[in-house]
Amino acid sequence: MSGSQERFPRGKTAIVASATYGIGEAPGLSSLDLAVSASTRALSSVGLTPQDVDGLFIGLPDDYLSGLSFTEYLGISPRLTDNNRTGGSSFQTHAIHAALALEAGLCDVALIAYGSNQRTASGKLVSSLKPSPYEGPYKLARPVGGYALAASRYMAQYGLKKEQLGEVALAARRWAQLNPDAFMRDPLTMDEYLGSRIVADPFSVRDCCLVTDGAAAVVMVRADRAKDLAKRPAYVLGGAAAAWHKDITNMPDLTVTAASLSGPRAMAQAGVKPADIDVVEVYDAFTLNTILFLEDLGFCAKGEGAAFVEGGRIAPGGTLPVNTNGGGLSCTHPGMYGLFTMVEAAQQLAGTAGERQVGGARLALAHGNGGELSSQATLILGTEETL
Amino acid sequence: MTDHSKDPRPQQEYFAHLAEGRFMIQRSRSSGEHVFYPRVAAPRTGAQDLEWVAASGLGTVYATTVMRVRPPASAYNVCLVQLQEGPRMMSRVEGVPPESVKVGMAVRARIARDDEGQPLVVFDPAEGAKQ
Repeated sequence: MSGSQERFPRGKTAIVASATYGIGEAPGLSSLDLAVSASTRALSSVGLTPQDVDGLFIGLPDDYLSGLSFTEYLGISPRLTDNNRTGGSSFQTHAIHAALALEAGLCDVALIAYGSNQRTASGKLVSSLKPSPYEGPYKLARPVGGYALAASRYMAQYGLKKEQLGEVALAARRWAQLNPDAFMRDPLTMDEYLGSRIVADPFSVRDCCLVTDGAAAVVMVRADRAKDLAKRPAYVLGGAAAAWHKDITNMPDLTVTAASLSGPRAMAQAGVKPADIDVVEVYDAFTLNTILFLEDLGFCAKGEGAAFVEGGRIAPGGTLPVNTNGGGLSCTHPGMYGLFTMVEAAQQLAGTAGERQVGGARLALAHGNGGELSSQATLILGTEETL
Repeated sequence: MTDHSKDPRPQQEYFAHLAEGRFMIQRSRSSGEHVFYPRVAAPRTGAQDLEWVAASGLGTVYATTVMRVRPPASAYNVCLVQLQEGPRMMSRVEGVPPESVKVGMAVRARIARDDEGQPLVVFDPAEGAKQ
């Protein structure tokens, strides 16, 4: 695929604050209440208030006009409101647009926010998607069935053992055990994983992300101001998005995601390669995702991801720390998870991740996925040393 | 006001064909490329020259899963079929247990009715058909 030379403003902007709120269950609060709670915590941690925000990036699950709702709720007046919705990858695209807008002076303080009360409000994934008239009658449970179809194809093309999917679930759980905020922290054994109820072949319950409440927020400013606000900002070194379908049916090859486009572009902008990355945060809506994204982002070759995750390689103590907060599988999944990968990446680079801190982390990747392996967006973040 | 009443109505026309027992897909006159689901313009080129052609009904299972719904409802198949003409469609394979539907299986289309009596395309295993 050809395109013009990308001129991403490498290192010109940074995440200076990040916060989560209400991970797990937060009864009695709306999605907007939750997003505001995370936002005010992130802002106040660096001495800012909502009225300092002049670039707002948001996409609540149940409110198409959430950019306006949030503006009204906090009585702010953004110069730039971005409501882009590409599913769970929306927030990576927000960060890309925020970097461009900050650099161009279209805003000075960008806030990216998300919140959902789906667990306590409805107990299931809140989706605004309507099934296509050509697909609805076949009653595919979505999104799980769409990802299960991709898994069947991967199995047929490359071979994939249930235990290899299990390695992803077990690694996520072991990271979650190091994260006091994670929703599921009980030990998970391979026997328990293999014994969990099948939902859509080959996926069982433990291959699927959680259904939780939760909110997250990050604050971005230009690099020249970042050090005044934060001790260890996470500089945005590269960011790229790609998409080529919505429904799984129309994905060109069900074993290759558009992360194979977004990842290399983001890394080229940042001037890094996969082997340089210290911490990897990818959107694990299902266990298969982690395997596909590790391949498509270049950490291993296509078809080798299942073997790559064996032996605890991505678990605590393994050679490649992946989803260090416990991921969507064991930490939180309030409908859209992309922003949580960014929060965790920023906190790892800030050195504030507590028991799960990856020592000396300088480069982090935060990858978002939207729809049914549809929209893919990759951010590369780095500490001051990487500028 | 410009009169667009003669322009194609892809969804209506597809289901009207199906109701009359014809499984039709679209083909772009300029490129020869087959298209499913039905659209007003061809992907990539944007050509508004899509015409209806009879699907051969032959295809291959590209991906498959089994929906394990809670009893007493029984598990059922959902799959993606790569049509011989090129496009893929979501459907199910009937006549065999849902877990015995395999990637690569040759299948043949049949028009059935859903719970609401609406016509839909399902597939049967095509014994002896070339995969």
